[in-house]
Amino acid sequence: MSRAIAIGGRRITLELRQFFRDRESALFNFMLPMILLVIFGSVFADQAVGFEDVTFSQYFLAGMIASGILYTSFQNLAIAIPMERDDSTLKRLQGLPMPKASYFVGKAGMVFTAYVAQIIVLLIVGVLFYGVTLPDSATKWFTFVWVSVLGLLSCTLLGIAFSVVPKQGKGASAIVAPIVLVLQFTSGVFFIFTQLPSWMQNFASIFPLKWLTQAMRYVFLPEGAQVIEATGSWELGKCALVLGAWTIGGFLIALKVFRWSARGQN
Amino acid sequence: MNAIEVHDLHKAYKDVQAVDGVSFEVKTGECLALLGPNGAGKTTTTEILEGYRHADAGTVRVLGADPRTAGLDWRARIGIVLQSDRDLGDLTVRESVHHFAAYFANPRDPEEVIAAVGLEQKAKARNGKLSGGQRRRLDVALGIIGRPELLFLDEPTTGFDPEARREFWVLIEQLKADGTTILLTTHYLDEAERLADRVAVISRGRIVACDTPAQIGNRATATAIVSWAEHGVERAESTSAPTAFVRSLADRLGGEIPQLQVHRPTLEDTYLSLLAEEGES
Repeated sequence: MSRAIAIGGRRITLELRQFFRDRESALFNFMLPMILLVIFGSVFADQAVGFEDVTFSQYFLAGMIASGILYTSFQNLAIAIPMERDDSTLKRLQGLPMPKASYFVGKAGMVFTAYVAQIIVLLIVGVLFYGVTLPDSATKWFTFVWVSVLGLLSCTLLGIAFSVVPKQGKGASAIVAPIVLVLQFTSGVFFIFTQLPSWMQNFASIFPLKWLTQAMRYVFLPEGAQVIEATGSWELGKCALVLGAWTIGGFLIALKVFRWSARGQN
Repeated sequence: MNAIEVHDLHKAYKDVQAVDGVSFEVKTGECLALLGPNGAGKTTTTEILEGYRHADAGTVRVLGADPRTAGLDWRARIGIVLQSDRDLGDLTVRESVHHFAAYFANPRDPEEVIAAVGLEQKAKARNGKLSGGQRRRLDVALGIIGRPELLFLDEPTTGFDPEARREFWVLIEQLKADGTTILLTTHYLDEAERLADRVAVISRGRIVACDTPAQIGNRATATAIVSWAEHGVERAESTSAPTAFVRSLADRLGGEIPQLQVHRPTLEDTYLSLLAEEGES
């Protein structure tokens, strides 16, 4: 156990170096929310969302922080792991005296660190340029932490599980990116959630992103803004339930389907 | 004491019998070269020994354990150099070697290993920027960092220039001198002749010959070809007693024999004729 964590700790450093040195992954998983924030924040800067003087750029920042969870965990892993299956990273690790858990410790550590770095940059940009105010209560910060942790955990496990879907590393981003994009469109990231057709709202309610964006709006929008939500409430309890269910489900699926080698080998 | 024991190994993929009754052993401290054409079953056999694949039938003992069930302590005693690695491209040579050293309880000194494979000048280079030969040397560095008792080398010098190959051979000979057991697969017969104590020729999933490089396929006693020039005409004769033949030739021609050559079958000649007997070429 202690060996798994000691080697896992070293793998976190290694994974982070690779994550940030690989231009594609750094751009696609790390820089994208910043770029989108600048674009959407500028285009829809003053559009009202229906509560006091809250603007769409503030609404959008909450959506981008929630998307950041999905980018750094699910999108990142669902693309990187199939590539590692192709370039013999996983084969090398299987041949080494490494406890299997260390690989996942390394992945999870990388995801959490990359997310924290991403949030810091997003918040600096949001506060400086888009009039976002940071939450002033300990309760909101506490919510921010538990929602982030539960979101990262569930989406990391789902990314590990989904890594068996792309047959080759090369085509993985073409499969994963559209899924992330569809979830963003239907979950209230690019549009105001209540303006979406109800079937779309119902669809998005199955997946973690809708609940993550809603909880992040609770954290980053002023008191009383829940009147713009579909039910007029932040539904934090329901958010915890959905994310918790995906965490347990993601763990069980990942455990069952994860493969160290490509299909057709054993 | 044998480091590897393989008995009657079978492995099929769908309808192709990749390995069809292979048996051999590798003594501790020995270097065995597996030779054979592509698709003959070399890599499948090696990957079963490395624990990557599971045999359909037969028994395998590697350092006294079954690779299917052996644990991490067993893993720490073997080193694997895979055929074509492209991983770790964004890391430097030094970062990679230091990183993987930490997986072992008693690793070699990373800086010494980098020097041993001749990558000191490239220690700060990104692995993705290395030439083919440099990349293979990095893979060997990562294969030996854990001080393995048994080293698997799968076509280690493919893509090397002749000088790099000779430097690589010296490195492997040092490992042999340290007592490392080596299972080498290669396409280069000069490499097998230089490094291997014994060679096994594998064809269509079976071992067709296994002996020292000098003895394999009756190479030592096979007929030699004596060629020479007589009155400006090139002549050749095959004989199983070349010494006696040359002596009689010298007597007959009275002194120096013009353009005298005694040609013994090389390992390559022997290998090719072994495969021809199997209908492989």
